[in-house]
Amino acid sequence: MNFLELIWLIPFVPLIGAGIMLLFGRGMPKQLVSLISPGAVGISFVLSLGAFVQLMGLEERRHEVVLGPWIEFLKADWGFLLDPLSGVMIMVVTGISFLIHIYSIGYMGHEHGPRHGGFYRFFGYLNLFVFFMLMLVLANNYVLLFVGWEGVGLCSYLLIGFYFHKKSAGDAGKKAFIVNRIGDAGFILGMFLLFKLTGSLNFGEVSAALTSGNFPVEAAGWGILSTTALLLFVGATGKSAQIPLYVWLPDAMEGPTPVSALIHAATMVTAGVYMVARSNALFALTPDASTVVAVVGAATAIFAASIGLVQNDIKRVLAYSTVSQLGYMFLAAGVGAYWVAIFHLFTHAFFKALLFLGSGSVIHAMSGEQDMRRMGGLKDKIPITFRVMFIGSLAIAGIPGLAGFFSKDEILWQTWSSPLGSHLLYVVGLATAAMTAFYMWRLMFMTFYGEGRMDEKTKHHIHESPAVMTVPLMILAAGSAVGGWIGVPKVFGENGFFQAFEHWLEPVFEPAAKVMATHGEHHPSHAVELGLMALSVCIAIGGILLARHIYLALKEDQRPTGGALYPVLLNKWYVDELYDILFINGLSKGGGTVLAAFDRSTIDGAVNGTAWTTRMVSKISMWYDTWIVDGLVNLSAFFVRAASYPMRFLHTGWVQSYALIFVAGVLAIFGFYWWGR
Amino acid sequence: MTLFSDRLLDIVLFLPAIGFIIGLLLPRDNNELVRRYTLAFSLLVFIVSLGLIGTVTANPGGSSFVTDEVWIEYPSIRYHVALDGLSLWLVILSTLLTPICVLISWKYIQKRCKEFYAFLLLLECGVIGVFVSLDLFLFYVFWEVSLVPMYFLIGIWGHEKRIYAAVKFFLYTLTGSLLMLAAIIWLYNKSGTFDLLLLTDMIQKGRLALSSGESFWLFLAFFFAFAIKVPLFPLHTWLPDAHGEAPTAGSVMLASVMLKMGTYAIVRVCLPLFPEASREAAPYIITLSIIGIIYGALVAMVQPNMKRLVAYSSVSHLGFVVLGIFTFTQAGIDGAVYQMLNHGVSTGALFILVGYLYERRHSLEIADFGGVSTPAPWLSTIFVITTLASVGLPLLNNFVGEFLVLQAAMQVNILYAVFASLGVILSAVYMLWMVQRTFYGDTPDAVRHHVTDMTGREWAAMIPLLILMVWMGIGTQSFLPPIRANNQKTLEMVQPQAPAVAATASPAETTGEVRHAH
Repeated sequence: MNFLELIWLIPFVPLIGAGIMLLFGRGMPKQLVSLISPGAVGISFVLSLGAFVQLMGLEERRHEVVLGPWIEFLKADWGFLLDPLSGVMIMVVTGISFLIHIYSIGYMGHEHGPRHGGFYRFFGYLNLFVFFMLMLVLANNYVLLFVGWEGVGLCSYLLIGFYFHKKSAGDAGKKAFIVNRIGDAGFILGMFLLFKLTGSLNFGEVSAALTSGNFPVEAAGWGILSTTALLLFVGATGKSAQIPLYVWLPDAMEGPTPVSALIHAATMVTAGVYMVARSNALFALTPDASTVVAVVGAATAIFAASIGLVQNDIKRVLAYSTVSQLGYMFLAAGVGAYWVAIFHLFTHAFFKALLFLGSGSVIHAMSGEQDMRRMGGLKDKIPITFRVMFIGSLAIAGIPGLAGFFSKDEILWQTWSSPLGSHLLYVVGLATAAMTAFYMWRLMFMTFYGEGRMDEKTKHHIHESPAVMTVPLMILAAGSAVGGWIGVPKVFGENGFFQAFEHWLEPVFEPAAKVMATHGEHHPSHAVELGLMALSVCIAIGGILLARHIYLALKEDQRPTGGALYPVLLNKWYVDELYDILFINGLSKGGGTVLAAFDRSTIDGAVNGTAWTTRMVSKISMWYDTWIVDGLVNLSAFFVRAASYPMRFLHTGWVQSYALIFVAGVLAIFGFYWWGR
Repeated sequence: MTLFSDRLLDIVLFLPAIGFIIGLLLPRDNNELVRRYTLAFSLLVFIVSLGLIGTVTANPGGSSFVTDEVWIEYPSIRYHVALDGLSLWLVILSTLLTPICVLISWKYIQKRCKEFYAFLLLLECGVIGVFVSLDLFLFYVFWEVSLVPMYFLIGIWGHEKRIYAAVKFFLYTLTGSLLMLAAIIWLYNKSGTFDLLLLTDMIQKGRLALSSGESFWLFLAFFFAFAIKVPLFPLHTWLPDAHGEAPTAGSVMLASVMLKMGTYAIVRVCLPLFPEASREAAPYIITLSIIGIIYGALVAMVQPNMKRLVAYSSVSHLGFVVLGIFTFTQAGIDGAVYQMLNHGVSTGALFILVGYLYERRHSLEIADFGGVSTPAPWLSTIFVITTLASVGLPLLNNFVGEFLVLQAAMQVNILYAVFASLGVILSAVYMLWMVQRTFYGDTPDAVRHHVTDMTGREWAAMIPLLILMVWMGIGTQSFLPPIRANNQKTLEMVQPQAPAVAATASPAETTGEVRHAH
């Protein structure tokens, strides 16, 4: 079976699943829904696996399938591209999605949703999401990528607002959609500039045009290439929740927990990283824009981690952690280490999906409670969940041997050593690592250790989740434990397997590698690399121990309060409030109100004014007609009539008097002539 | 049979007029008969009009179904009609929407039924006439014919402030069309003909020499008439009132078809007759259309009334159409024409859905709703899909048009694209705010008691539009080729004869570039 020719089926199978669910799912029994929907994703996973294996056998690891034209003008076909990068992505997406679908059968089992049978709707949306996500990573051009890009945004919107009768859920969904729209506008503009520059939006053609030598590296100053790269990056900041557009992701936790795990941690939010990596030929030519990427990434990493330090909602801690880890990925991409960005994306998918699903299992056990201040002592009550989350927390904290260690340490090392990196960014990355270890283990200690702080009723209900939920957790835990071994630092010796990840992606990042080579390589010594590695391990352990000290050893009233900084962090640096004032109430509603008033008063005022003037003129004309023109007419009539009154005495109708006057008149004339002579 | 197929366009044009006359002869008190008759008749027109498609698409860039006969000897006025890629889909859109309008008025219109449906058919005749006329005088006649029934639809069957709205609509349009009439007569005096093709030919070949001042004023007179109809900022204030007061069917016909008369006429009349004036005015017109895009969106955002909100969103959407036209690039005009159709489908659908809500709750205020998705899940699902189409989600129709227009704007000037893309962001904001406040959250008792889900008749009216939203989003190739071929011709006319015109070099240059890329 030639899986390579069937790659278009990988997204379409979940689409069919979604169609069945949304059109006919209403009347289906849950068992059937649980069979069809995860089954569709399972088929996709098998197809992806087959294609991936066959891709490994190809000479040039690249295969394109074009189904037909779509928007001819922009050379945007219904075309799919499988190469090492999209290969990794489809494996991550279908693999994690499959596990999360299985988990959801258990997690959503109790859900009836606001409408009867929210179960089928949930799975329909989830399948639809997988379809769009696979379109995003398999597209062979920017326009089709954008289709997936908007599509995943839509599914995110629908799934965040899944409990739509809850106002906060609806608001969060809307916020996510709108904030993403801002990024999308940047992305669209970047795409058009790219089209203007290269005459195509097909990945292969764009990359070929950019590396043809017609475009020199924009080292000195800001040029059109840098603008293009930056606009694309604006799109990435929206989807991947970076400063300044990260605000939607923490609110997105209103959605069901499996959604948080799949969409808002493992897959969709990494789309921005994928897109930047996909555009590496462009970013390589624009060192300034790359620096912006790195700085924004590092700033987001430490900023979000600082907020994560004090949050009390278990999912919010993980949400800020996600924002922070995505920052790491952009830091790597910004310093030119694209494969490391994807590597971290890969390991992060495992441990963050694990942590979210684990938190879901905790919430499930706690009858829906999400506040860690009312948890504690769950270690022995839900032992499987505890153990898998233990592994996940060690992995994200960067304890050697686990997945997170390899990828995060490689990012820090590249930041230190790359010609595009800097020691300042390294320090920021290292500080973030310390915070990461702290907040994750604060979460662990508050949730699983110490005394239980929940009420009796909840305590009585605590139970371990069913196997349908714990088995996916265990698989993810295994991935979090060993997933990093295909990207071991070269300092420990070069070996095909241990550096498999880097070598696998080499052909995709060749354009960037060529440019990077021109920057000149400077190899710091192995001693430095090992020293820095030891430092970050110490930092991680230090963070864990500090969390243990504060949240386990100290009693609640002995804990340091954090002084004035605490409310600032708890309120997320007041950024949401600031945005509300500036953009929502200020620009949008304020501007709209002012313009609406302008519309009514000025423009319509002018129109109505014209009408009024016309009416006035016609009234004046009427007055003039009535009183002046008609007045003259009537006046003459009046005079005539007035004159008629005296005349009336003459016209009496008596023939005798007429005869008398006649005689008098004759006599008068006669007399005039007689006497006049 | 040849006679029938040759004169198909005339049949499609006058069938509604015949329907109008027969409709007037029906008994006054039998509303059910009137409805059924109009539905059947308008469906017949629609089916007949489908026969037009094959011939036109087989003849890209050319005119089909040409009839050119003397109507009045002196002054020489001809009955000259034809169909091409530009007008084809607009005619089909008109014939499709008329039966849909009958369906959605079934329960809504209870008083003076007979007149209502008769006017609907007369309106159909008028708008089709505008889209197919090639004689300027004939064009003007149809332009006015379409005005009258709409005036009555708003004035008789509208809401409380209907008289104000109807008069405002009438006077606004009439002001513009009288200027147009003056310009038409001026042109006739200069050339001795009303025939658009003949005039275009004379101007292109230099046989009719207009001084630049003359052609500027003539352009302005035509453009003013068309811009009012679009409506282009700042001539738009009749629209929210007309939509706010019109019955649902009136709003649908107004938004979906009548606004397109303006943008259609710009492409049909202004560009070929006054290429230079068009090019010179382009930067100003583009500026106005971008102001309209942002302005319409911002004002839509604060409207408490659903219909007024959708009306202002139309100002924003139509701004994209005008922007696309005046980029003078293939992508821009293609996108603009496609966007006319898209807007017809998705905004028409929005008005229909808002009408459904009104019939249930007897209110258009967003604040009177909330949590509608609980009692009416399908209605809200369809509303959300239509909303997504309207805000330009990929795979749905509006995306393609907006995308092409933005792309073209970028080719001309990056700032145009940057500002226009604000409209894309804002459209999501105001539409989702409306959806949010109407459909989600708690369900007040008034909504719970009054709002029910879709009926079969309501489904029947929406399904064709839903299919089109998806089809036009995915299968652009079914619709775009004839449009493209026609626009290519228009573009050739509007290009400067010699490349020496420095002031407008940039749009011309980019078109060239785009063609090469293509």
